Amino acid sequence: MTVLRNILIRLLTTAVTLFGVAVIVFVVIRVVPGNPIAMMLPPGATDADIAQLQAQYGFDKSIFQQFIIWLGGVMQGDFGQSISLRQPVANLVLGRLPATLELSIMALVMAMLMGGAMALLGTRYRDSKTEAAVDVSAGMALSIPDFLWGLVLILLFGVLWPVFHISGRISPSLNIDFSTNFYLFESLIRLRFDVWADLVAHMFMPALALAIPLAAIIAQLLKQSLKETMHLDYVTLARTKGYGENHVITREALPNAILPTLTLVGVQFTFLIGGTVIIERLFSYEGLGNMAIDAVINRDLPLIQGIVILFALLFTVVNLVVDMLYVVLNPRLRHA
Amino acid sequence: MKLSRRSLLKTSAAAATFATVGLPSFAQAIDELVVAYNVNLPSWDPTVGLSAVNPTIQGFYQSVFDLYIPQNPDLSFGSGIITGYGWNDDNSAIWMDVREGVTWHNGDPLTADDVAWSLTRVGNPDTGSPIQFVWGKIENVVAQGNRVTADVKEYDPTFFKWMSFLTGYVMPKKYYEEVGAEGFEAAPIGSGPYMVEKFERNAFVRLKANENYWGGAPEFKTVTIKFVTDAASRVAEVESGNSHVTLEIPYEEFDRLKAKDGLAGVAEPVSDIGMIFLNDIEVMTDPNVRKAAAHAIDKQLIVDRLLSGYGIPIDTLQTPDYPAYDPSIKVAYDPELSKKLLAESGYGPDNPVKFKIQSTKGYKPKDYEMVQAIVGLWRRVGIEAEIEVYEIAKHFELRAADQLAPAAFYNWGNSVGDPTTSTGFAMFGPSPHSVWDGEDTFNAILPLWAEADETKRIAGWKEVDRRIAENAEVIPLIQYVQPIVHAAGVKVTPHRSGALLPHLMTRS
Repeated sequence: MTVLRNILIRLLTTAVTLFGVAVIVFVVIRVVPGNPIAMMLPPGATDADIAQLQAQYGFDKSIFQQFIIWLGGVMQGDFGQSISLRQPVANLVLGRLPATLELSIMALVMAMLMGGAMALLGTRYRDSKTEAAVDVSAGMALSIPDFLWGLVLILLFGVLWPVFHISGRISPSLNIDFSTNFYLFESLIRLRFDVWADLVAHMFMPALALAIPLAAIIAQLLKQSLKETMHLDYVTLARTKGYGENHVITREALPNAILPTLTLVGVQFTFLIGGTVIIERLFSYEGLGNMAIDAVINRDLPLIQGIVILFALLFTVVNLVVDMLYVVLNPRLRHA
Repeated sequence: MKLSRRSLLKTSAAAATFATVGLPSFAQAIDELVVAYNVNLPSWDPTVGLSAVNPTIQGFYQSVFDLYIPQNPDLSFGSGIITGYGWNDDNSAIWMDVREGVTWHNGDPLTADDVAWSLTRVGNPDTGSPIQFVWGKIENVVAQGNRVTADVKEYDPTFFKWMSFLTGYVMPKKYYEEVGAEGFEAAPIGSGPYMVEKFERNAFVRLKANENYWGGAPEFKTVTIKFVTDAASRVAEVESGNSHVTLEIPYEEFDRLKAKDGLAGVAEPVSDIGMIFLNDIEVMTDPNVRKAAAHAIDKQLIVDRLLSGYGIPIDTLQTPDYPAYDPSIKVAYDPELSKKLLAESGYGPDNPVKFKIQSTKGYKPKDYEMVQAIVGLWRRVGIEAEIEVYEIAKHFELRAADQLAPAAFYNWGNSVGDPTTSTGFAMFGPSPHSVWDGEDTFNAILPLWAEADETKRIAGWKEVDRRIAENAEVIPLIQYVQPIVHAAGVKVTPHRSGALLPHLMTRS
């Protein structure tokens, strides 16, 4: 019952958070300079033309009235019409979400694998040159922002050793009609490994650019946790039982040491999704972030609102999932 | 970890697998042309909405649709869907002859009905055409045989020129009415040299040659245009061989890439210009200050030092390609004259005149750097300008509200080349794109809007440009040069409008 109650409370706070985000976004994007109507004015537009355009897009009403109208639509699933793309916002953002999710999840998996490997390596060879190398690598990975990693990767794997695709999500020459926008998962399910490989070749560099800084964070935190755990009694007991060092680290210490890392990964995952905005642009990846930049450039207010709300929803859902996962994995919390 | 023979073999095998899976297709003989374009294509209808007036995406539209009257690469007017056109004697009606034997991409014949319907549609304010103010100047558009006629509500000497410009595209009446606006967005058809095969928003458009194109089938049968908005990524695209052609990259990169084996480059002037709007407020109401600001700028120096020599200094809003260009109008670089003019108004290096200049940063090549250089040159003569960086969206908002700073950097595109769409809209007070409210300029421009005598009209605009230059009511800076890098196996014909057109590309 307690778990259920907690979930209900979290859902309620999520709704309040989203409402708050909606209010802030709605007001802020109308207050900051840059009017979409001014951007679409024809050369000979008269005052009457300007007024007509403003009325057409509802900008002739007060911000409060505009918000109420928009909120009314949102309640019915209508997020309005994109000004620049002239299509329903809901269709646009939901159409792009899978691409961003796939990229983020791939980046997360890469970060966990790389960060985990670095942490295990640093722990296994602690107080040696290997650990120092791990620390230096993690420091470097962390101090360089993801977009710069993106440029480095483009140079390395796009130009000097052109193994991966520099831009896009899928090769235009591949003919496949996807039923969903989860291309990576769908291609696997349909056993189209050629398509899957092509998608991975497109996603590899943007995902790696996103993953590197997160991998460094994971490596540092997990290594620290592992080090602390390695001094605990039950680990010493395992050693005295004759288990090898690899077994002690991976089977005994890791399950306990990983919990703080898991929480961090959850929080960082939301930042990782935020990081897709720049990375998707750099790699011309057709996700939500790339669309967000165009929306901002064009002052496409309905589309900006839709994207921000969806990002906010993602953040809260991810946090909720992480909290629940933490309860499931941590027996002390589960039985509390 | 020790590196054993087995682990080395494993690693090599894995690397080889990764290297071959999804490897980009590096073209030796180019079968499928791949272009890395610098902008996205938001919408397929070239006649309505915000996209229709976006000059940077007209290349996409011109690949799929036909303009009523096309422009040749040198901006001269060609023969297109409209093969002949004109006014009646008293300019109260127009006529247009429609090319016969043209088909839409779905095989339907393109008829005079399509032309009449297209013109009527964009003339209707409810349709949402941003250029309705031009198309609405005719009514009763009627098709008879292959001739279309219409009554003129308001005479506009530039009417036919707009048929080569924004929203001047022929649309398929029958198909559009069948599928509606949404259906058209999903599956657009035109009568242009390429047909849309596949379109992934924000990613790419794949085009297939229209073998029945009235102007001859394009050489490349399949063209993929990738939307690569980041300049560094475009450089990598073409350098790696993933794309065969790209454009709008930094001039330094252009020089580096075109010197590489397998790559070539072409850099030709386009119709975009860089300019400084002067708003007649605060110190800019003083002609001495304006003139001093204009004479203190060494445009050639800016072109040479900042733009690697790629740019052409200009002194009016007309580029040398335009009919109203007058080479005798000069605003010389003369810092001594600037100092003298400022002294006449009581300013000097010890008592500088102060004002704000607004600039975008990164919207156009070296825009902010150019403004920085100009501010440096101004400082030498006694002008202290404070730079305010703003986004282009803010520029549009401020300009429409006539609230730009006393000076504001901007770029102006005018591929149709008529003086009304350069000096006219930029300097005529009531235009939402002008911040100059001077009555003399207003009175000088007013009669030219409806001047029927073309020679007199062009001469009139030249005179307007001369007095604007003499009074320094705007500071034209440079005509931009567009860098295009391409694989050596492709011959690219640049278009002065700045549109990169695949049907003008051939194998070299």
